[in-house]
Amino acid sequence: MSAPAIIAIAIAGVLIGVAAGYWLPPHGRRNRKAAPTAVRRILLPFTGQAISRRSFEAAVRLAKAENAVIMPAFLASVPMNLPLDTALPAQCGRGMPLLEAIEQRATVQGVPVDSRVSRGRSSRDALRKLIEQEHFDRIIVSADEDPHSGLSYEDLRWMLERVPAEIMILRPAPEDTRRISLEAVGGHF
Amino acid sequence: MDTEAATGSQPAAGASGGSSRGRLKLFIGMAAGVGKTYQMLLEGHAEQEGGRDVVIGFLETHGRAETARLAEGLPIIPRRRVSYRETVIEEMDLPGVLQRSPELCLIDELAHTNAPGVEHVKRYEDVEDVLAAGIDVLSTVNVQHLESLNDQVTELSGIRVRETIPDAVVARADEVVLVDLTPEALLDRLRAGKVYPRERIDAALNNFFRIENLAALREVALRQVAEEVGAKRRPAEVISSREESLTEGTPQAIGERLLALVEPYPGTQRLVRRAWRSAQRLNADLDLLWVRKPGQRLDEDNERSLSALRQLAAILGAKMYEEEADDVAAAVADFATRQGTTYILLGRSRPARGVARFRTPLPQRLMARLPGVDVRIVADRAVRANGEARISVPGIT
Repeated sequence: MSAPAIIAIAIAGVLIGVAAGYWLPPHGRRNRKAAPTAVRRILLPFTGQAISRRSFEAAVRLAKAENAVIMPAFLASVPMNLPLDTALPAQCGRGMPLLEAIEQRATVQGVPVDSRVSRGRSSRDALRKLIEQEHFDRIIVSADEDPHSGLSYEDLRWMLERVPAEIMILRPAPEDTRRISLEAVGGHF
Repeated sequence: MDTEAATGSQPAAGASGGSSRGRLKLFIGMAAGVGKTYQMLLEGHAEQEGGRDVVIGFLETHGRAETARLAEGLPIIPRRRVSYRETVIEEMDLPGVLQRSPELCLIDELAHTNAPGVEHVKRYEDVEDVLAAGIDVLSTVNVQHLESLNDQVTELSGIRVRETIPDAVVARADEVVLVDLTPEALLDRLRAGKVYPRERIDAALNNFFRIENLAALREVALRQVAEEVGAKRRPAEVISSREESLTEGTPQAIGERLLALVEPYPGTQRLVRRAWRSAQRLNADLDLLWVRKPGQRLDEDNERSLSALRQLAAILGAKMYEEEADDVAAAVADFATRQGTTYILLGRSRPARGVARFRTPLPQRLMARLPGVDVRIVADRAVRANGEARISVPGIT
């Protein structure tokens, strides 16, 4: 083989390599069809330092089955003596680690998470504002009327009347004492 | 006391431009009997004397003689009679108002729920139609009818108000006027029979009209109107603070100041939470910066993520900024210098493609441009947590 032919082959090889490098992502070709198309959204609202583990597990199960995104939402209440747009570091000090813990646990199980925070004069008001801004396909809440979960029976009734989404209310059960709390956050946070 | 809530805006009356949307002026009070309707009528008369075509679209006197007397001289559009379950209910005649097309229409009790069978469920929706027809409107509402305050008012007073209006209705009003009265003065009016008929006074005093209720409601009303004023004033404040930042020059770092580099993707929230925790530990301010490419357009998901990011920043007390630049490192370095940033946090970069792979990674470029500023790459804890999927985890029961 002549020298020009070898050079031409080498140049062609380099060009092919560059083109492949440009078009392919670094860790190999990914099957675009396998990427999740979009997607149902499952809202998991909470107000306190813990959420019912049953609610979380139900959300994960459904998210896996429906190719859905879990949206844990921390609902903060602004005291009446503060403006509605005030920052709430004390409440966030409880809510953020729990959001982190939920996100970690869900991600470990292969479920995508897109967190939200919302504030209002009450938990219900915060939820109302969130629902006005976002679309959800399902909302999962536990009917244990635990003050830590923050939503009362009255709130659940309000949701059933007013929220344009499928609402899954988990009936009270003995395992409702099982919770995921902010201590569950992994690593340095 | 009659406090003008809006600043710098023209009064609703006299501002009608003819074909454009009408202006809404809202009289808000802590409870029935403070004089909202009275104030509205007084203003209606003043406008009429000023030569405007003023009509009463709907007036609820609640049997108060002085209110009824004050309405004299103002043309009234007759109410419409609606039959519902063998009862005849009188409602505002919305088609009649639109046909009459006055310059200014007085419509009492904005939160009222209409009888079934008329155009809209709620009166504020009727008012929207009137405004859309270019007619100015004066209206009244009590603070407990605001949707966001409804729960609190229930907690304060023990009485749940069923008729509510979205806060956005008040936010859209061109003017909000607080009609204020001390609780003591309102109770005097109540006892004198100026609010309710004699036979209802005792019941009112024993239920809603207790001085502690009224004091709390007054505070709620004052705060609500103050917030409206704040919301209307904010754009001017933003401009002036920007001007200040331009004239002040580069601020010097006194303590720690953190900067988190964000993008409108769901995963960014984790970075923000971690940055906030670090800021808390360091007792430092936190800025969030998104450097967007010139002309970059966001799809619906990105817009949603951006909105969620802004909401998160607001609730955490962080300040979020957006800058448009081609060179992210230069833009960040410039911003960090201006802000006096001491600590930059960023997430793991998404895998580079094409020639971008040969470029020096962003953290290194930042370190080169910002000597003395710490740069921290926030780990993706989910990856590490994968190894922690064990039975016993603290915080999970």
